[in-house]
Amino acid sequence: MISFSPTEEQQMIVNMVRQFAEDEVRKVYRECDESGEIPDRIVNTAWSLGLVSTGIPEEYGGGDGEHSSITGCLIAEELAWGDLSIAMHILCPALVALPVLEMGTAEQKKKYLPGFCGAKYRPASAALIEPRFNFDPCALATAARLDGNAYILNGQKCYVPLAAEAETLIVYASDNGTGQAFVIDKGTPGLVIGEREKNMGIKGLATYELTLNDCRVPRENRLGGADGCDFNRLLNCSRVALSAMAVGVARAAFMYSRDYAKERVAFGEPIAARQAIAFMLAEMAIEIDSTRLMTWEAAWRLDRKEEATKEASLVKMYADDMVLMVTDRAVQILGGHGYIREHPVELWLRNGRGFVTFDGMAIV
Amino acid sequence: MIDFELTQEQNDAIKRAHQIAEEMFRPISRYYDEHEHESPNEMIDTLWSRRQEATLFGGLDLTAALTVEEVCWGDAGFYLVAPGPCLGGAAVFAAGTREQMERFLKRFSEGGPKWGAMAMTESGCGSDTSAISTTAVRDGDEWVINGEKIFVTWGKRALEESDGFVVVWANIDRSAGRAGMKSFVVEAGTPGVRVEKLEKKLGIKVSDTATIVFENCRVPFDNILGSPEIKKAAEGKAAGFKGAMATFDVTRPIVGAMALGVARAALDFVKDVLREEGIEVRYGSPRKNLTTIEKDVMEMEANYKAAKMLILRSLWMMGQLQPNNLESSMAKAKAGLAATKITQKAIEIMGPLGYSRKYLLEKWMRDAKINDIFEGTGQINMLIVARRILNYSRDELK
Repeated sequence: MISFSPTEEQQMIVNMVRQFAEDEVRKVYRECDESGEIPDRIVNTAWSLGLVSTGIPEEYGGGDGEHSSITGCLIAEELAWGDLSIAMHILCPALVALPVLEMGTAEQKKKYLPGFCGAKYRPASAALIEPRFNFDPCALATAARLDGNAYILNGQKCYVPLAAEAETLIVYASDNGTGQAFVIDKGTPGLVIGEREKNMGIKGLATYELTLNDCRVPRENRLGGADGCDFNRLLNCSRVALSAMAVGVARAAFMYSRDYAKERVAFGEPIAARQAIAFMLAEMAIEIDSTRLMTWEAAWRLDRKEEATKEASLVKMYADDMVLMVTDRAVQILGGHGYIREHPVELWLRNGRGFVTFDGMAIV
Repeated sequence: MIDFELTQEQNDAIKRAHQIAEEMFRPISRYYDEHEHESPNEMIDTLWSRRQEATLFGGLDLTAALTVEEVCWGDAGFYLVAPGPCLGGAAVFAAGTREQMERFLKRFSEGGPKWGAMAMTESGCGSDTSAISTTAVRDGDEWVINGEKIFVTWGKRALEESDGFVVVWANIDRSAGRAGMKSFVVEAGTPGVRVEKLEKKLGIKVSDTATIVFENCRVPFDNILGSPEIKKAAEGKAAGFKGAMATFDVTRPIVGAMALGVARAALDFVKDVLREEGIEVRYGSPRKNLTTIEKDVMEMEANYKAAKMLILRSLWMMGQLQPNNLESSMAKAKAGLAATKITQKAIEIMGPLGYSRKYLLEKWMRDAKINDIFEGTGQINMLIVARRILNYSRDELK
């Protein structure tokens, strides 16, 4: 039966994360963007909310809640409303925890999941994007070749968040032509972490280039073991997560520019009282809402374990456009003030522009 | 719980509606587009005799929206000539007393096909509905209505071709402004009302769009919908005008569902032709690696979906008895524009196949356009959305 109402439990989580985003994230996000550092305090507070561990079964030390992509979307939107860099940083452990939880072998779950249920934030990451303009997740250049009891990985990755500190990484590589995931522990020979990247946006988030030089990974570290993993599903989970984050960033820009337009007086009345501004805001609101609902629908399919490539791809494409349109207009509504770093809208525009490039950097 | 699963009942309703669209509507769609003002009487009789099923798309709830989309996938014009309470019925339903509902709506469950129209627009005012000049003056136990209404969908069928009725909006006190706006039920056969002309239109040609003239048209006092008292704005809200607007909260998402149906017809046509040519959209690939056509199709599909989600939400809210004024206007604005753009883009993609009258695609573009106009133009709905999100009155944001 069609319903747009989150469960009571989901609403409680939303309220909690929203409060955190407002009280904590919004106090530091500009400083994080300028300095490139996210304070441990914020990350640890977020971790104590149990956003990742709740979905992990009790036998591995988790909260025994059932993992849900819809819930994940609700969380991702609220965190990204606070700040995209911080949201991605906080949710990085899920880049390993969720694929292992969903598709790992019994041994993989036993080995890796408890690490994500501790009291301390456990940095982890995933490497999907490759540094070329025509990167396509369906045709990875990074390749895995079976050699006796190990896979040999070769290739280059970029936009790998927290790669330098990650205890565990999932590297996506082509295995006989199909995308597969390989769980790699920190310090594995051949896993070379490059320089920290300098990007236009998400400057608070530490992302790295990564090179795989004949990196030997034990055979049993292929996610899902002999059966491998459903790579396509993981891509869809990522598309939906990023769409939800795009909605969060857009909502932040919308709310700020709306409030500004009501206060800013020109020609004797608030600029919001003019249709040129008011209609921009109306369109922003409509597109934010419709993208959110489409995201929910795609996540709902994922929760039902249905094939969702079409839905997830459509909403990701739509969200990429939407967040750019909304954040650009937010800057436009503030005019010259929007271009100045005293206001946050320029930051949201820089972050918003990234979504069309982002892939595999968040997962729900 | 957030859920998008349709009930068995909804799935069955969609299936039946699709059958009507495909088997009854599509084969004669082109004929009635080319023979404007001819009436598909056989189809109307069939729909009337099967009105248990037909009410599935005559309703105004979420299930109705799903079926309205489906029949409009067949032909939006035919949906508009399907007999039933229609917009007039919606107005009675929204503002009428129990006695009025019984008196005016009972006819739709007996006898021959009937329609209920709503007359709002005048030659001097369209979107600015509060500026209407039609008047209703009380004379003893009757109201005397004078004025001229245009663009009345179902006008001729409601008044001349059946024992239907038209709900007409008139002002009972010009000095009271919007508060003086009231609606009255004028039944077929009432002296003093006549259909003056039928419009020739860009699309939905089978639907009758009438000019109706009221000349000292007398209706019983009890035919007024809602209170005959003028509640001045000072006492709260302008109640009369609000009654009209409340109807729109219900009907706008339904019009959005019409738009969806036409848009999906165009999308399906494009995808079928592409598939025959061996072109499949590679959904999982990054957009920059796709062909222009793949990108266009994905954008059309995403816009269709975005509109559909907004429509479902606004009607779900209505079902939950939550105020949905903002959400209805969002849905209508998005759907009207999406259908307009989708059908226009489809013609571009299909090249000579799109522009030719050999296929229905060009008709769908013409049909789609009305959804961005009636029940509030896209711009009026944007204005409502803007006022709502800014918390501005109509004086603060004009």
